[in-house]
Amino acid sequence: MININEVLETNKMIEEENLDVRTITLGISLLDCVDSNLDELNRKIYEKITTVAKDLVAAGKQIEKEFKIPVVNKRISITPIALVGGAACKTKEDYVSIAKTLDAAAKAVGVNFIGGYSALVSKGMTKSERLLIESIPEALAVTENVCASINVGSTKTGINMDAVKLLGEIVLKTAEYTKERDSLGCAKLVVLCNAPDDNPFMAGAFHGVTEADSIINVGVSGPGVVKTALESARGADFGTLCETIKKTAFKITRVGQLVALEASKILGVPFGIVDLSLAPTPAVGDSVAEILQEIGLEHPGAPGTTAALALLNDQVKKGGVMASSYVGGLSGAFIPVSEDQGMIDAVNAGCLTLEKLEAMTCVCSVGLDMIAIPGDTKATTISGIIADEMAIGMINQKTTAVRLIPVIGKTLGDTAEFGGLLGYAPIMPVNSFSCDDFVNRGGRIPAPIHSFKN
Amino acid sequence: MNRTIITVVGHDQVGIIAKVCTYLANNRVNILDITQTIVSGYFNMMMIVDTSESPKEFLALANELEQIGEEIGVVIKAQREDIFNMMHRI
Repeated sequence: MININEVLETNKMIEEENLDVRTITLGISLLDCVDSNLDELNRKIYEKITTVAKDLVAAGKQIEKEFKIPVVNKRISITPIALVGGAACKTKEDYVSIAKTLDAAAKAVGVNFIGGYSALVSKGMTKSERLLIESIPEALAVTENVCASINVGSTKTGINMDAVKLLGEIVLKTAEYTKERDSLGCAKLVVLCNAPDDNPFMAGAFHGVTEADSIINVGVSGPGVVKTALESARGADFGTLCETIKKTAFKITRVGQLVALEASKILGVPFGIVDLSLAPTPAVGDSVAEILQEIGLEHPGAPGTTAALALLNDQVKKGGVMASSYVGGLSGAFIPVSEDQGMIDAVNAGCLTLEKLEAMTCVCSVGLDMIAIPGDTKATTISGIIADEMAIGMINQKTTAVRLIPVIGKTLGDTAEFGGLLGYAPIMPVNSFSCDDFVNRGGRIPAPIHSFKN
Repeated sequence: MNRTIITVVGHDQVGIIAKVCTYLANNRVNILDITQTIVSGYFNMMMIVDTSESPKEFLALANELEQIGEEIGVVIKAQREDIFNMMHRI
């Protein structure tokens, strides 16, 4: 029988250490909405989303009440819109009309983000996919809840450098279109390599074509819980350190598994995966950076950071996979700058640079995330940074992503304010030496060899 | 059986257990186990109860217990036992 100490331990995690379910994401296939008539397409999309997801927010609230654990976000991921809109959309404006429909549907069911304004162009772009990408700046400026993601590379296909070049320009244009709000549009746009089909976290969530008609994916969090657990392992050797992280990750993930099964039962939608990511928020005590400090670094970015992050990421996975029958999504530790007070402090202290963050992305989930850079950064420089990050993902057979925010009108020494979960970020310096000739070559980088791994 | 964990946390005072138990009895909730401890001056009580015979829904019971807690100045929480089993039992 459960004893009082176990009950108090769980409740302390929830009440004092910010253990929460970060998101219940309902994946919805829109493939059956395809129509060559744009109005008809928009009508079908709105109807399907508002029908399938009508009880999502209520289900989240019910779970919160029954288990007394916060379910912070209720979200929706959908089939990449470039696949759904191809037959009907002849212009950028046609695509923007779909973005508006998605925004309206998200508001109608009460979710705070809908992800899947996306295109998968890791090898090549169709005309329709190019149109969708070109529509992103306007789509993100005229909507609030829509998130866009573009997969531009994979281990199997290589990197589509034409798309990388285009996205450097699109990121800048998105920043320009939302410059009144510190270029907030870019916080809703992510460029991926090896994008998973079942990721519940924004802005990269979409409902992949390999998925069922609808599915429940859950993202758990709890960096504060890991940090607190590690306080008891101060001065202990790596074996003890790793064991502590692993056990804590197990406990956190079990809650995710429970919530996912419960949501699946309430909504009558099959359970997909639990994403066992440590996702920080700007709140104190909800920080991945603080875990790295607890492991023994003055600030993230100090020598040893990559190794510390590697072991953290690995132990989270090892603890998590036993806790859930299906693990998926991104699963690991997120290192967004603006969403993690400890990361912001490290940047302000001069300890954490873009180059070190890039090294860290080799061993953690995802990539260069929520990083504010000067608004006058060149498009080719942004493309170059994207290409570097995609190459890390391609060669290492992992998901990598870039979510850079060139903040128009701001430069080094300034701070960008995004508000809410997105936090704020100091503008970070970018290497300004030219990569124009590299980015302008055109074509694609071939898929890597899968042997001779050195 | 619908097992629920009720926790009561707050400053110790006369009649906390009596109030909670009276409410549970009136609503046909069966108490399976009670443990209590004092942690740094705070009264901590945990009950494992079975709500399957109660005419009230879980959420109604949870809300009413919360209100009783507010009246006597302690925090009373009702949670489905599953969350603790999932976390602490393989």
